[in-house]
Amino acid sequence: MSNVAIFEQRAADTIAAESPLHYSLHRHAVSAQGADPKEGSAVAMDERAFLGHLIVRGTAGVLRAAIKQVVGIALPETACGLNVEGGKSIQWLSPDEWLVILPPGEEFATENALRQALGDNAYAVVNVSGGQTVLTLSGPSAHEVLMKSTPCDVHPHAFPVGRGVSTVFAKTTVLLRRPDAKHWELVIRRSFADYLYRWLLDAGEEYGITTKHTENKDNNNE
Amino acid sequence: MFYIHCPYCAEQRSEEEFHCMGQAHIQRPENPEAASDREWGEYLFFRDNPRGLHQEMWVHAAGCRKFFNVARNTVSYEIFETYRMGEQTSVTAGTTAHGREGQVEQVHKVRRVRA
Repeated sequence: MSNVAIFEQRAADTIAAESPLHYSLHRHAVSAQGADPKEGSAVAMDERAFLGHLIVRGTAGVLRAAIKQVVGIALPETACGLNVEGGKSIQWLSPDEWLVILPPGEEFATENALRQALGDNAYAVVNVSGGQTVLTLSGPSAHEVLMKSTPCDVHPHAFPVGRGVSTVFAKTTVLLRRPDAKHWELVIRRSFADYLYRWLLDAGEEYGITTKHTENKDNNNE
Repeated sequence: MFYIHCPYCAEQRSEEEFHCMGQAHIQRPENPEAASDREWGEYLFFRDNPRGLHQEMWVHAAGCRKFFNVARNTVSYEIFETYRMGEQTSVTAGTTAHGREGQVEQVHKVRRVRA
């Protein structure tokens, strides 16, 4: 195992944690009260907070076996690939870079296991959980909100399930991905979280966008 | 706005995702200590500014963040080819001279005469 100093970034469960969208969601939440109860809202925005994010770098040949063994999902080796299975996902970011997203609390153990499995190979694993968060958009008009925000083609023919790209979005960049047919996921940077949240509220206003907050850890303000 | 083919993402992406990073295939003098001031100065500061075919480095800044090379026409903005770092272009002045680039040159000459 390589000689790298790593530490558990997640504080004890007794300490309240705040997601990057903590204030945005509580100050500018839009409830579904006005929406048609049968059809629901045309766009619903949700945050998946406190997930474990790991950036893994190295050649596919080095990482393939270790990723399969530790994470349990195959490494997507074709460009813009995204493999999702049982709450975990791996996204291709570049020919030698992947993003692994894990259920909350699993990132430290996974990072250790990966380092163990990769041994002396040339690779890098970085825990970026604190630096980004995941927004999901769902509903029949979700792709129309995206069309207003990004030059990337989000038509279902051009953007099938299992595709993930890094692209320009509003005045920043996001990782835009489609884990299943009903949801779009945006992996956004912490420092741009509030900006993008407000941008999406504004862009989604004409479709009656609503927000919902699923926090896995912090329920202090519910 | 136009689309650029990223050789690493293997697809056409919007120009907004890319940045131009200047002339490609610049060779560093093999032995800097032995290079003359003129040689070293030209390596550091002097760049081609051709009319027509030009090889440039571009970076897919908002995408895979990889550098790659573009062979393009600086007059018509036509992109002939994008290829990975370490590869050589298959486009030369000869292969483009009979194509659209030649026509563009022609149009410019006509305009200049009229002006």
